[in-house]
Amino acid sequence: MSLLSLEHVTASYGASQALFDVSLQVGAGEVVALMGRNGMGKTTTIKTILHMVSATAGKVTFDGHDLRNLPSHKIARLGIGLVPEGRRCFPNLSVEENLIAAARAGHWDLARVSQLFPRLGERSTQSAASLSGGEQQMLAIGRALMTNPRLLILDEATEGLAPIVRQEIWSAIAMLKHETGLAILVVDKSLKELRQIADQAVILQRGTTVWQDKMVNLTAETTDRYLGI
Amino acid sequence: MRRESLINVLLAAGLLGFPLWAYVMNEPFLITLSTRVAILALAGVGLNIALGLGGLVSLGHAAFFGIGGYAMGILASHAQSYAPLMESPFLIEGTKSMPIIWLVAIIASGLAALMIGGLSLRTSGVYFIMITLAFGQMFFYFSISWPAYGGEDGLSIYVRNGFPGLNTLDPIQFFLICYVLLVAVLFFANRLAQSPFGLALNAARQNAMRVETVGITPYQLRLTGFVISGMITGLAGALFADLNRFVSPSMFSWQTSGEIMIFVILGGTARLFGPVAGAAVFIALEHILGGLSEFWHIYLGVLLLGIVLFARGGIIGTLAGHEVRHD
Repeated sequence: MSLLSLEHVTASYGASQALFDVSLQVGAGEVVALMGRNGMGKTTTIKTILHMVSATAGKVTFDGHDLRNLPSHKIARLGIGLVPEGRRCFPNLSVEENLIAAARAGHWDLARVSQLFPRLGERSTQSAASLSGGEQQMLAIGRALMTNPRLLILDEATEGLAPIVRQEIWSAIAMLKHETGLAILVVDKSLKELRQIADQAVILQRGTTVWQDKMVNLTAETTDRYLGI
Repeated sequence: MRRESLINVLLAAGLLGFPLWAYVMNEPFLITLSTRVAILALAGVGLNIALGLGGLVSLGHAAFFGIGGYAMGILASHAQSYAPLMESPFLIEGTKSMPIIWLVAIIASGLAALMIGGLSLRTSGVYFIMITLAFGQMFFYFSISWPAYGGEDGLSIYVRNGFPGLNTLDPIQFFLICYVLLVAVLFFANRLAQSPFGLALNAARQNAMRVETVGITPYQLRLTGFVISGMITGLAGALFADLNRFVSPSMFSWQTSGEIMIFVILGGTARLFGPVAGAAVFIALEHILGGLSEFWHIYLGVLLLGIVLFARGGIIGTLAGHEVRHD
């Protein structure tokens, strides 16, 4: 049984429909890549999972719970950790304060997050606003991990980062997959890294799931057709 | 030591040293002025939790200040007249004991904050400001139309309430009570701001939606912060009434809410010692400029305008330089 399941989900921003028919499944311990060109509905899908945008039809369930009628904070408490697009740390708090503010009891604590991202440990008293883009991204991932989620959602986690920092982030994601068995839904444009890490792939086009299969079955023809890569 | 910590230590030492110097110089009026600063700073520390930490611009904090004041006035007036507060279903008598009065003031203002916050926190922005203002005015008009406790004329208490082992009529001893309470509440406020609760409240001020995505409910956080804030302001109200040995509806007025907010903004929003600096400057201006002109508020207005336009971190923020962390 899937941990997270979206079945024929539709969603709108007011009168403007953004999702027309999105379906995807994420199993426990599975890494799923959500792909698509810009504006195809990837971030809206994530927002719909967390009820930041309301699904107008279809089913959204997490571990058997219907998410469509739950507020965002209750969905997060069920065990979904979000690393939002654009990092979005709390700029006026220090690194450590950002992590403590989100903390819930479980495997992940300050020491483990610092182990995963040693740079955060070194900059624990520094304000989040003073961090580099890469460090802010590490902090955003650390903050999501501090909620001790069962599913981690990464929305464009490596976007706009220097290649060496991106590599650090991908290494951390790989570590999360192999050593903690965390389920991960990852939105990214780095096909090469996604191929290495993801078990499944879902492609969206104009708010509709157009391809869903094992990552190993993703052919060059498919990526050329839907992603233009 | 960080520059702000040094400023805080100097302020705490100054607030203690000035009345001690006045005591040595036999200047009881200056001790009373210092006591006013300590009490009003305490009210400001209360508001600073809601405003500075939670970003809740409450124009109704005079309600809690007044409730604290009337808790003292009602209990003390019944003790003064030997008339019980209530006879059935059980007997409740008045009291002249400060610790009991403080406890009642804290509980009563906390309950009022729970009720006011419970309703007003469902709104935000200008609606929140207007609803808190409306609640404050409701208490104001209620106290005016409550003849049993003095109505518009207020309520005089002839003898200051007592504290075990101290002569509270001695200005320096009463000052020390208020000072110790202020320091204790500042310590509490500091720990609160650094606790997971305080950090989450601070984070909710910066972005409520982001806080929700880590599983925290901004409404509950804000309501808890608002109640704690109201309780501290209520305690300040009880002390203020004891200082003046008089309570009146003016404690509930929107001008009082505005003055408490001025202490916070003047001293530095979200700064631990901001309300202390703000209250000290306010009282000093009131004393010095008030002697020159009855329109001294004009000068205060100019100062406040300068702070808002050119020194957003208030007095403490300006002195602490680059360490301003509040937006």
